[in-house]
Amino acid sequence: MIYEAANEAVLLFLLFVGFTLGLSFWLGRKAQSSAGYFAAHGQIPWFVNGIAFAGDYLSAASFLGICGMIAFYGYDGFLYSIGFLAGWIVALFVVAEPMKRLGKFTFADALDAKFNSKGIKFAAGVSTLVVSIFYLIPQMVGAGVLVQPLLGFPHWVGVLIVGAVVTMIVVTAGMVSTTWVQFLKGSLLVVFSAILTWMIVERGFEVKSGGDDGHMFRRISTLRQDVDSPGPFAAMGGWEVLPREGSWSETQHEFVRLQESATGRITAWLVEETDNPANVILVEAQTHVARTGQPDLVNGLEKGDEKGEPELHPVGWVSSLPDGQQKTGPLSMTSFFSTMQQSEVVVWRNEKVKETDGSTTTVYYPKKTPGSEILRPGEHPKFAGIRGDDIKGKLNFLSLMLALFCGTASLPHILIRYYTVKDESSARKSTIVGIASIGFFYVLTLYLGLGAMTSGAMDVTNSNMAAPLLARSMNPWLFAAISAIAFTTVLGTVSGLILASAGAVTHDLLSSSFGWEMNDHEKVRIAKITSVVVGAIAIVLGILFEGINVGYLVGWAFSVAASANLPALVMILFWKRVTSQGVIAAILVGMVSSLGWILLSSDTFETVYGLPAQDAWTPFTQPGIVTIPLGFLTLVVVSLFTKGHQTVDTA
Amino acid sequence: MESRNARLGLQLFCVYLLLYGGFVLLAAFSPTTMEATPLAGINLAILYGFALIVGALIMALIYGALCQGEPTTTATNDGGTTAAATQEDAQ
Repeated sequence: MIYEAANEAVLLFLLFVGFTLGLSFWLGRKAQSSAGYFAAHGQIPWFVNGIAFAGDYLSAASFLGICGMIAFYGYDGFLYSIGFLAGWIVALFVVAEPMKRLGKFTFADALDAKFNSKGIKFAAGVSTLVVSIFYLIPQMVGAGVLVQPLLGFPHWVGVLIVGAVVTMIVVTAGMVSTTWVQFLKGSLLVVFSAILTWMIVERGFEVKSGGDDGHMFRRISTLRQDVDSPGPFAAMGGWEVLPREGSWSETQHEFVRLQESATGRITAWLVEETDNPANVILVEAQTHVARTGQPDLVNGLEKGDEKGEPELHPVGWVSSLPDGQQKTGPLSMTSFFSTMQQSEVVVWRNEKVKETDGSTTTVYYPKKTPGSEILRPGEHPKFAGIRGDDIKGKLNFLSLMLALFCGTASLPHILIRYYTVKDESSARKSTIVGIASIGFFYVLTLYLGLGAMTSGAMDVTNSNMAAPLLARSMNPWLFAAISAIAFTTVLGTVSGLILASAGAVTHDLLSSSFGWEMNDHEKVRIAKITSVVVGAIAIVLGILFEGINVGYLVGWAFSVAASANLPALVMILFWKRVTSQGVIAAILVGMVSSLGWILLSSDTFETVYGLPAQDAWTPFTQPGIVTIPLGFLTLVVVSLFTKGHQTVDTA
Repeated sequence: MESRNARLGLQLFCVYLLLYGGFVLLAAFSPTTMEATPLAGINLAILYGFALIVGALIMALIYGALCQGEPTTTATNDGGTTAAATQEDAQ
């Protein structure tokens, strides 16, 4: 779609980002020592820290990824909300207080409190770095997504801006300013999402046959034989049916291409069977042809780059309501779902066709879907396995839900937030505040996603764009406010992650493992240099992974975090016979196996390497169900074997 | 005191694990059950999902209320333990 900047949006956006940066610099002047830089001197009030948890956690993934997945596939996106929140239970009930008791600055400190082993510091430092970078990818992709419709910049410019601004924040500021900025954003994000939800429920549903640009999608009833015979199209004068050559004859759904004789414009139509085999209905689809050396085509016309020029039509509408209503009017929080349950919604799916001339056509076609199907789990292709008989699909689902459950408590940037408050009781209270605000937000995601699905404003090419586009369809000011908040939330999450990486490199790798002698001042300087490097890596990866749903990417980061960190963390807290070798082995095995699994899975084959999915080495894509137990097993076995030559545990 | 908080945490964790596990297993092995609409025309998937989120908050509040704060005197800690234990049993 074409995105044009709106003046009020840009203004509000710049004001907000400017204010955030100003605040960050002002607070950052105070933080010169390493205790201040990494842990805000442990002086952040628990309530502020709790909302800052929400600010850290409700990142691009939550806001953009989950809303987008719900907007395109319904309930399945909400599974992420449930899993992400459930993870906090592990963090609160199992990890929070012991972590605070054991640690100093980083996750590695906590693991190593008993052993004082260089190996543990090294392994934990590396795993922190890997998980942080993995988690940075979706944040950067999300940043690009936000900037595009708001300021009209291409994706990569957005990624670059975020990368540069964040690196600046981190280099100048540290944990004090990051926390306060997160507090501000966390609260604003929740408040504005609530306003948006209220507007969605007030707006209710309305039956339509096109998106909000006014284009009505056509349906043509015709005879089967007309569609199957290339040449002049009997049902419509001046149109020709094109022969189904090459890949067009092998598509999963049946498409027919029609050419307007006068203009030569080619459009694609989905062939829908009827009860009578002699009759079919042609349903207008949308096409995007990616060509090398020539401008892309959308719906048979050269794609424009300014408003009013050819572009894909926005989509997403209700095609029928219960009892033949045309419009519901304001709904309640519950009747929103019960009405949806009995309605029918048009959602869009796509299929890629490789043409003989080397170009690729993506056909976007509408799919009328009953609300009862939208609101049940298993509509997303990645989750469809739970409806089949194949055990692999079910395992994949269980694996993801397990990784989400275990991942939160293993995320380094969440864990470091336990060091910014003064004691265990504050750590506990701030987690409870965090759960309250995050849980409230996650309840709203289902309304936001379904609201976006029926808003008529969806971009068929990019699910990550759903939430900002929904806000724009409501009100330009609201859109500006939400985008600005979401954008700064991305900034905050990214800075938290970069800080965690910088801490890992400085403390765990250079200082503890390699024995660099550094004074306080040098530590902060090394941390800042690391921040710049990690920031640069994140920018590059953010540009590479543009097209993938950010919620999905976060699922991977959770898998790696849970596999590498959770076994070591939990066993140190609850098993007395752990040895340092066991911890090191568990971290490395968990990290390498989960990372390897993801890199060899069908998703990565398809979307990143461009190889056929069936060549993938792993039986399903989510590693958690195999690699998390593997981490525990490794720890136990290695600990038992190395028990004899363990230096005595004096703690 | 620390071990008491830890034990309480583990107990609550197990309760939540059962709830969450139930949801995940139901979705994986009996997805059609999730489509039933037991209450106000809203399906079980949404009801159960919302319940998991609200339940997490309620359990977090229970934990916060029952946990002991800072290490103060042993006497109050002992009293607190008995009181908390009774409350847990009552649940």
